[in-house]
Amino acid sequence: MRRLLYVLPAVLVAALAFTFAIGLRDRDPSALPSALIDRPLPALDLPAVEGVDLPGWQTADLHGEVMLVNVFASWCPPCRVEHPVLTRLTEVHGVPLIGVNYKDAPEAAAAFLVELGNPYRKIGGDFEGRAGLELGISGVPETFIVDADGHIRFRHAGPVLPEHVEQVFLPLLRELRG
Amino acid sequence: MTLRQLLRALLPALLLALATAATAAPNPDEILDDPALEARARALSAELRCVVCQNESIDDSGAPLARDMRRLVRERLVAGDSDAEVVDFLVARYGDFVRLRPPVRGSTLLLWASPLILVGLGGIGVWLYLRGRRDDQAAAPAPLSPEEQAALDRLLADRSRS
Repeated sequence: MRRLLYVLPAVLVAALAFTFAIGLRDRDPSALPSALIDRPLPALDLPAVEGVDLPGWQTADLHGEVMLVNVFASWCPPCRVEHPVLTRLTEVHGVPLIGVNYKDAPEAAAAFLVELGNPYRKIGGDFEGRAGLELGISGVPETFIVDADGHIRFRHAGPVLPEHVEQVFLPLLRELRG
Repeated sequence: MTLRQLLRALLPALLLALATAATAAPNPDEILDDPALEARARALSAELRCVVCQNESIDDSGAPLARDMRRLVRERLVAGDSDAEVVDFLVARYGDFVRLRPPVRGSTLLLWASPLILVGLGGIGVWLYLRGRRDDQAAAPAPLSPEEQAALDRLLADRSRS
């Protein structure tokens, strides 16, 4: 009994180390769970961005197709990084890409799309950042996979990189498109 | 350095910290005209987490998203929402994480109960320790065996002889 008491601190330390190891393993502590998974895309009504040759959009317009909703801004460097990846997703895999242009200057957004190309089908301007709050974003860029019923099925915070496409986006898109 | 000197050296820093804490406030252009509503907005903002900085309330944070949230809180209050409705609005979009004080429910029960559990475990440990010590003191030493008694007598006899 007494001997048991002596090893107790060592056991406690080991248990603590185990807990920490599990907590730290493969886990991005800044990744937040999204409250919107499996919920309908919030009702948004975003005007076209001046100088961008695409219509704005309303959530009600978007039903009937699996698509990506991407929050981006010309002032956001990671948005440049993910731009070719998103372009490839639309061109090679035919996924419609719907843009939310977040707190951007219209002329800067237009120049960004002229410079890098425009993979978007529609782009709505979120000049005040209210749509960002509705979508529960914590930064730019963020990308949502929305199913044909208009429900958010996946949220990706940060730039979409090729490995995310291979590991997460394509499998889920395949599943959702049947 | 004595404690008193240390305290004297730290006092200005402490006062400064207190002073800035007391004056932390939303930007002047965000403040509502109605002081009652503004007070509610401040109280609510202190309970809501800035999802960018993550360990600051939106009341404390300088992040643009926190500013958007502060404005949203005030807009909803002006529109007549109750405090609970404002919090629910943000929880619906950001999840429970946006509340700095997690709600008591099944999944957070362990979190809330952990202080009680730890104090309880500590209490049991202290009780066991004290009981063990009392037993040690209370237990009368075992009587000497005849051989031990003989050895003791012999030693004492030796000693008194020398």
